[in-house]
Amino acid sequence: MGLNLWIQLKMHGVHVPHHKNTAAMPAVIMDCPKSVTIPMSMHIGTPARPLVKVGEYVKMGQRIAEADGFVSSPVHASISGTVKKIDSFLASNGRRIPAITIESDGLMARCESLEPPVYHNQQEFLQTLTDSGIVGLGGAGFPTSVKLTVKNMAKIDAVIVNGAECEPYITSDTRTMLDQSRLVMEGARILQHQLKAPKILFAIEDNKPECIALFEKLCAAEDAMEVCSLPSMYPQGGEKVLIYHTMGRLVPEGKLPIDVGAIVINVTTLASIARYLEHGLPLVRKCITVDGSAVKEPKNVVAPIGASLADVFAFCGGFKAEPKKVLYGGPMMGIAVPDLSEPILKNTNAILAFAEDEATPPKTTACIRCGRCIGHCPLRLMPAEVEDAYAAGDVEKLAALKVNLCMECGCCSYICPAHRPLVQTNRLAKAKVAAYLREQKQKEAAAK
Amino acid sequence: MKLLVSSSPHMQTRTTTAVLMRDVVIALVPALIAAVWIFGLRSLLVTAVAVAAAVLTEYVFEKAVGRDVTVSDFSAVVTGMLLAFNLPVTIPLWQAALGSIVAILVVKQLFGGIGRNFANPAIVGRIVLFLSFSKTMTAWQFPDAVSSATPLALMRAGDMAALPSLGQMFLGLKGGCLGEVSGLALLIGFAYLLIRKVISWHTPVVFVGVVFLLSWPLGGSLSYALCQILSGGLLLGAIFMATDYATTPSTNFGRVLFGLGCGLFTVLIRQWGSYAEGVSFAILFMNILTPYLSKWTKSKPLGGVAR
Repeated sequence: MGLNLWIQLKMHGVHVPHHKNTAAMPAVIMDCPKSVTIPMSMHIGTPARPLVKVGEYVKMGQRIAEADGFVSSPVHASISGTVKKIDSFLASNGRRIPAITIESDGLMARCESLEPPVYHNQQEFLQTLTDSGIVGLGGAGFPTSVKLTVKNMAKIDAVIVNGAECEPYITSDTRTMLDQSRLVMEGARILQHQLKAPKILFAIEDNKPECIALFEKLCAAEDAMEVCSLPSMYPQGGEKVLIYHTMGRLVPEGKLPIDVGAIVINVTTLASIARYLEHGLPLVRKCITVDGSAVKEPKNVVAPIGASLADVFAFCGGFKAEPKKVLYGGPMMGIAVPDLSEPILKNTNAILAFAEDEATPPKTTACIRCGRCIGHCPLRLMPAEVEDAYAAGDVEKLAALKVNLCMECGCCSYICPAHRPLVQTNRLAKAKVAAYLREQKQKEAAAK
Repeated sequence: MKLLVSSSPHMQTRTTTAVLMRDVVIALVPALIAAVWIFGLRSLLVTAVAVAAAVLTEYVFEKAVGRDVTVSDFSAVVTGMLLAFNLPVTIPLWQAALGSIVAILVVKQLFGGIGRNFANPAIVGRIVLFLSFSKTMTAWQFPDAVSSATPLALMRAGDMAALPSLGQMFLGLKGGCLGEVSGLALLIGFAYLLIRKVISWHTPVVFVGVVFLLSWPLGGSLSYALCQILSGGLLLGAIFMATDYATTPSTNFGRVLFGLGCGLFTVLIRQWGSYAEGVSFAILFMNILTPYLSKWTKSKPLGGVAR
């Protein structure tokens, strides 16, 4: 316990306003949109390869693109209808990626061949997960089957179920925990069995007392499952932060969570696994939080993947003020979208629309060297020094400052009283350091 | 519909530089009230002149060189107040103004403005005045008709019997600079700064602690050590000047070292130096060492591996 207390005392991060306005609103299922545009890349890894042709009729749950390689994920139709076009579109990350547009027949007809998958061993279980199209739903979008493919199962000391949900506004994981606790527990039991995990830890921030109470009750009936109540402090749900605060272990640079005996899985991902194994319906819809100062009726919505943001906002009563900034995800790490035709992705957990007041970035003033960015960095980096070194073009210093470790949580930019773009500079610096290290490696290789 | 696209985060704290500096101003108000109570309304006048000179200097200089005008961030107000607090209430007003001009123009603006100065502007302003006008800078006014020397001078002379009582010293009923005399008022300001998280406790606590712990054996009694920490500019310096952001380290460990150094040099100057008071020189000296302290006390990234 001593160690745990010490860790709590040492915890860095920022106290962000929670704005969990929709926490008490169970998700409502959205009307079937007229059409959906499903990108082939909603995960980390190689984009999926389309299996359908223009004009073909598809049903909900039907596989329309297959995984291309090991780190990839298949894609399924989220509605029934006709494939209208297979085209590339400009994603919010600035890349052009192929996408399949399906025009709805309004029936939401489910693919008949979908059946609960049968698996007999671990390998078949992982293959099943690949087929499900499930990726990390906390935001990263890393294919779950790849994450759970662990060479040496004996290394696993605990599976941490991430229910921290530390981003402001977002409550979709909260709703998963409250509305689908049965599926979450079922998923936990499956992982416990399949991965031979000695312990399952439910990590939940203490601003969700009802979730903590519910899971403490549910865990009492299970073996080796427990709830870790964590102080509400952003970025509690960051993978490294979570492992540090639940198990007291540090993931070293260049290592994976499994190297310290941990596997972290988002709570909604877990529920999706259980649902797939029960019904055979792949990942075709997603519970998302729709909120922000411009939204008329904030709510939690179950939307088909590929539905346009415009359709989802329209389902929430449209806008009460002109939106000036629209985000995928929360305000701390969310991605601003250029227009509302962008689709809901597998790993979208919220869409937020802000009116002028919140959308306008504050004016940047001179750094006063207060050290707040250093004092609040969960990884103890020194953003102010990174900013100076970046401005000076000193790549070696950037590498020495370990800017490559930055997880881009944004605490530094949030807390900066001069509103300096610190995490933004870290991102640029990371790219610079990565290129520099590659070059060094090549030089070394050439010297040999 | 035109949407703004920018890189995350899309949310920022409301605690801006101006809010922080305004909080420092608020934290200085109890000491100002104490000064008016102890030394009369002229303390207010001296403070007003120093603040006005500081703000005006900043405004004129920034206008002249075409920089963004930053007087609305309250940092010049803080500098003006701190300088005034380091002056005797009897100071000629033009000297107070001159001190502010030196602080803002030479120490702050010529080095690049807020955040770029290497030394605390108010401290350098005070030292320049002290060295230039040593007579008016030590023309103390006493709250009662009895005393004729400051506690530090009395302690130096070994005249412990003539010292005011500890209670009087804590309230501020003694000779000294106008803003430094009331320990009570300064501690109220300290509490406010801690509650508002404007400063961390490290430097002030270590600074005062070191002075206390070293003075005790040197003076031979607990009351001597207590008198030492309630005398001169120690509390004002430790709470408000040794915690200036730009001129002190930004990590907590660095702040502890900074406080250690300040405490050590204060005691050395007070005991063996040629001046009765050493707080400003100690802080200035540590300001100059700050780049090295920062270098030695870099925070260690979690999970970082040496390359």
